[in-house]
Amino acid sequence: MAIAHVSLDPSIAVLGTEQETALGRRRHASAMTRLVAVRIATAIFVLWAAVTATFLAVHLAPGDTVSLLLGENRDDPEARAAVIQRWGLDQPIWAQYLTYLGRIPAGDFGTSYVLRRPVGELIAESMVPTFQLAALGGLGMVVIGFVVAYFSTARIPGLRPISNTVQLIFLSAPPFWLAIVLLAIFSFQLGWFSVVDFDSWQGMILPVAAIAIPTGFYFAQVLSEGIDRAMEQPFALTARTRGLSRGGVRYHHALRHAALPGITVAGLTIGGLLGGAVFVETVFGRPGLGQIAVNAVTVKDVPLILGATIVTTAAFVLASTAVDLVGIFLDPRLRAAKRI
Amino acid sequence: MTTLPRQRQAPSLAKVGAALRAAPWGAIVASLILALAAAAAAAPGLLTSGDPLFADPSQSNLPPSAEHLAGTDLQGRDIYTRIIYGARYSLLIGLGATVVAALAGTLLGAVAGLGPRAADQAISRIVDVICAFPGVLLALLLITFTGPGIWNLIAALGLGGLPTYARLLRSQVRLAATSGYVEQAKTYALGRWRVALRHVLPNALGPLPIVATIGFGGAIIGSSGLSFLGLGPQPPAAEWGLMVSESRNYLRNAWWTGVFPGLSITLVVIAATALGRYLQRRYERRSA
Repeated sequence: MAIAHVSLDPSIAVLGTEQETALGRRRHASAMTRLVAVRIATAIFVLWAAVTATFLAVHLAPGDTVSLLLGENRDDPEARAAVIQRWGLDQPIWAQYLTYLGRIPAGDFGTSYVLRRPVGELIAESMVPTFQLAALGGLGMVVIGFVVAYFSTARIPGLRPISNTVQLIFLSAPPFWLAIVLLAIFSFQLGWFSVVDFDSWQGMILPVAAIAIPTGFYFAQVLSEGIDRAMEQPFALTARTRGLSRGGVRYHHALRHAALPGITVAGLTIGGLLGGAVFVETVFGRPGLGQIAVNAVTVKDVPLILGATIVTTAAFVLASTAVDLVGIFLDPRLRAAKRI
Repeated sequence: MTTLPRQRQAPSLAKVGAALRAAPWGAIVASLILALAAAAAAAPGLLTSGDPLFADPSQSNLPPSAEHLAGTDLQGRDIYTRIIYGARYSLLIGLGATVVAALAGTLLGAVAGLGPRAADQAISRIVDVICAFPGVLLALLLITFTGPGIWNLIAALGLGGLPTYARLLRSQVRLAATSGYVEQAKTYALGRWRVALRHVLPNALGPLPIVATIGFGGAIIGSSGLSFLGLGPQPPAAEWGLMVSESRNYLRNAWWTGVFPGLSITLVVIAATALGRYLQRRYERRSA
């Protein structure tokens, strides 16, 4: 099993590719186009299936579909008529499905009958603060991940067990509790950061930290494993015999190998943050997608939770497709492995 | 991986002792924490004489002391007692979700790995779609339709955890199916089902307990998280996530109301993860 992973450093293995003929290169390019096309088709399929699953959920849920979509004011005949008209509930099921499917790519998710506003509008508004939080949290994650991974793989005596323990703690602590502890220590005990300024940068520090710390340590774990694996390979020894220092090998060679799983994990985590901000937004009372999703569940606002789910799922699928494509472009081994 | 399936022997007391001496202290401590949590869930009366719902308004928000080990909350309920009784919820939901995910995932994964190509395609795509819903979103969506409650939480978290097991079993089954001992079994003209049930499945199930142990920790984080959002057991239940949630408005004056329940979640999850990793290292050493 381990043999499959042993490979030469791409920077050393250029020899093989130079011998390729023009025909070989063309074949290579078409294989790559096919890989990319397949990956994009898969993403479209998964999105379609996810949207279809939400449609099925609405129609398979026990009870009356009109009442389910209304949430409240279930006895209001005018509202009921509006729901039936809007969702085409008086039409055959396939017509309802096609209407539903056709509206979603246009960002038309219907109306929240609880909040009496279009779902698309509600989501667009709440996406801005969540996006800011996710972007800064993702940045923090990458910084923490690289710093922790670089130093924890440095063979500094005593550092590895400490960093492993800290990693285990941060990966095991529930994210909402971590946010609460940060709030209790830095806001209430030390009084460093206020929690009511949503807009100022001081108000952002604790929420961003609550996202960046656990994800950063997870990212660091993936990177360190990649670095350790790369350092055991023959090319690391070769580079050392050529006089490169251990730190140099780690920085110039091993990090490259760790970068691929790193990019995958980073992309998936950042893509998932749009949905994952639920807890941090709840603890800090910040507006955002997570907040409206939780409220929608509590008051059973079905159109709103459907819209929020579809948007966050689309973001996640986009991110996972993007990291896979980046991987195919960056790592020749992925192309080679998939061609067989 | 070409070894024959080993005969199982009943572990004698001497073997248990030997295993204990060989295990690192981390694995022992982790097992002890999990045993303590299980004891709290099964017989909370052994660890505390109090009542988790007994409120004494004159004892409101008291800091930790000899009388109240973890302090009291706003209603004057003893937090230590509530944490002990809360183990029941977290362990029940975590275990339930893990069992649902592992059973359904194993079944689907085995069918995908051994069954016809069409079944494999269908199952793999369904699993892909489940994975497309990020994190807690799938559970939120399901709970909108089913409403909150312990059993609905178990179902939602179980469905969310299913892909891990389905993918694991699919790849394990394929690995076992191409191994030497299965080739050998086929030469004895054993039937398809017989080879699958006697030779492929038992060998494919090896890493399942490891993944389930680590997954159990994840399920506990998930269940306490959904309870924190108000979608699990309802007040005045002594549930760890719910206790953290209720502490939010009093953190300034009474940090202990939120810190200790969350610490219990963290400890149980650390224990499950550490034990899982230890089992994984042992498994990898053995099969290497």
